[in-house]
Amino acid sequence: MSLRSPLGRVRGLGSAKSGTEHFWAQRVTAVALIPLTLWFVYSILSLGNGDHAVATAWMQSPLNAVLLLLLIFATFHHMQLGLQVVIEDYIHVEYMKIVMLVIVKGASLLLGVAAAFAVLKVSFGG
Amino acid sequence: MINGDRPLSPHLQIYAWQWTMALSILHRASGVGLSVGTLLMVWWLLALADGGSSFDTVQTFVSHWFGKLCLLGWTWALFYHLCNGIRHLGWDLGMGFELDTARNTGYLVFAASVVLTGCAWLIGLTMGGA
Repeated sequence: MSLRSPLGRVRGLGSAKSGTEHFWAQRVTAVALIPLTLWFVYSILSLGNGDHAVATAWMQSPLNAVLLLLLIFATFHHMQLGLQVVIEDYIHVEYMKIVMLVIVKGASLLLGVAAAFAVLKVSFGG
Repeated sequence: MINGDRPLSPHLQIYAWQWTMALSILHRASGVGLSVGTLLMVWWLLALADGGSSFDTVQTFVSHWFGKLCLLGWTWALFYHLCNGIRHLGWDLGMGFELDTARNTGYLVFAASVVLTGCAWLIGLTMGGA
């Protein structure tokens, strides 16, 4: 006889309270970031010596704007997943760990939204 | 009950340094370094959205020797994390765990990161980039 509730059995999660979502999301964003970062490095190089008008025109191309938004999402999602593991590995005082996790995840969200906003502002010509 | 006198499992300082171990630590270190590097990317994007004078400030920073040094470090960290990340994805598929293979892919990944960084900077400098 199992003491697990039917709901617990359906969810299939043990005392860790979560499954493979973290592992899987980190791998999926990693795979997405391979072409996206290579494209980004190539783009930055092709933008040359930092002319504002050239960079603006580049970002106003719909393809570049969409790829940038995808790069931003994948980067900051991958980053907060990775930093979470680093914090969990090295910080053993529970309240410190929670505080650090909230700060890192909050900062990742802030940076990601700020970056996406900048891309949208430029590409819509604001 | 927590007993502070209990022995701990051996940590880093007890092991003899090995190539694969150094690369593993470097993967995490480069990831943390790249997280800091996103600040430059966000600054660059916000400055571009803000206008010419803010954008010039970023350009001044990345043209300075310290800015260039940061960019060089981040370029290498990016290529290393990228190449070694692909090595990790191979392990996730169950490939490359033999000791020889793990060591050789380690050499390959490190060499690739240096070569790719060199290529990117060669292209950037010859095209008159930052």
